[in-house]
Amino acid sequence: MEHLQFDFPGDPAAPAPHPHGPGYVLVGVVSSGNLEVLLEPATPGGGCRVRVDTAVAGYGAVWRAVLAEFCARHRLRDLTISINDMGATPAVVSLRLDQAFEELERGAAR
Amino acid sequence: MTRRPARHSYYEANARQRLRALLDPGSLREFLGPEARATSPHLESLDLPVAFDDGVVVGSGGLGGHAVLVAAQEGGFLGGAVGEVHGAKITGLLERALAERPRAVLLLLESGGVRLHEANAGLIAIAEILRALLALRAAGVASVGLIGGVYGCFGGMGIVACCCDALIMSEPGRLGLSGPEVIETEMGVEEFDARDRALVWRTLGGKHRYLLGEATRLVADDVAAFRGAALELLEHRRPLALETLAAEHARLEERLERYGDCRDAGEIWARLGIAQPQRLPLLDEDEFLAAAAGARRGGT
Repeated sequence: MEHLQFDFPGDPAAPAPHPHGPGYVLVGVVSSGNLEVLLEPATPGGGCRVRVDTAVAGYGAVWRAVLAEFCARHRLRDLTISINDMGATPAVVSLRLDQAFEELERGAAR
Repeated sequence: MTRRPARHSYYEANARQRLRALLDPGSLREFLGPEARATSPHLESLDLPVAFDDGVVVGSGGLGGHAVLVAAQEGGFLGGAVGEVHGAKITGLLERALAERPRAVLLLLESGGVRLHEANAGLIAIAEILRALLALRAAGVASVGLIGGVYGCFGGMGIVACCCDALIMSEPGRLGLSGPEVIETEMGVEEFDARDRALVWRTLGGKHRYLLGEATRLVADDVAAFRGAALELLEHRRPLALETLAAEHARLEERLERYGDCRDAGEIWARLGIAQPQRLPLLDEDEFLAAAAGARRGGT
């Protein structure tokens, strides 16, 4: 197991997240080669804090690259991203993150 | 060929997707959701990843306008195995049902049984679930089990399933005490070949469980079919009384007497008087129910 934490600066011009219903977004399942992603609004005026608990140690640099790209591409801010991972590949991680973002957007559109 | 309307596969869905499709739209309210992070205290020390909900979703919702409490196990996380927190969430839900008296409690079961990583805590959790479920039945609150997931329902949760008032299964959902791999490991491949999928489904699948009287309803692999059956079974009760238990013992004794020498489920189907029993696994639900009519043994 490895516990990672990353902080990415937020884009002050981007809209703040508004998850619908219970106030969070959860996608994915912690199963072999898969992961779960939990998005929660954080204190306004901040960036994105990401916590990753992963079963596979030694891939901190890859996690940082995938997460930085995700946060920058969607211009995210004021968000806590929590991940439980059971050996997902970077491609699967990217797809799950995009799925979580779509859910977040769907909530904002309501 | 006639085209079937698009199905929402129960088998393929995860726990939350099943609940959202089963309950009235937008009615699911989760207790101790992922944001509460009620995670396992044991997995961390074993250097294993946790899940934010410990592999089970519990909450309330509506079913055709009726208030129900629900629990759905996530088979993808450690095979839906019951750990300390996972079990406590289900027990807590059942105890809440005893106090709140909803129209029914729906248990979407998908589990290999006790989470061996948590050993005694998991065993105790199953015992607590059973006690709470029986207390609920004694109080007359309906309990309906639903089985149709990838991992089936085995071990302690298999016992829990059989203690519900009613049980809804699809063919791919399997129900048993020891799972196929366990039987093969303990008794040898000659006794049971866990890789023989057809044998596994014939012996443990929903159709066989329905014919033996353990499943109350056999439905298609479609969340809407599970929902329809659950609505029909809201009034279904098995009174918790000595006579019920005596009848159950007599039923099991008779089963052993009639089919104890059978080597395969197909032989049992032949003795039940089903014409062309080897065709049963190939039939869709409607054809199967027509073929099974009159042959099914009494039970739940």
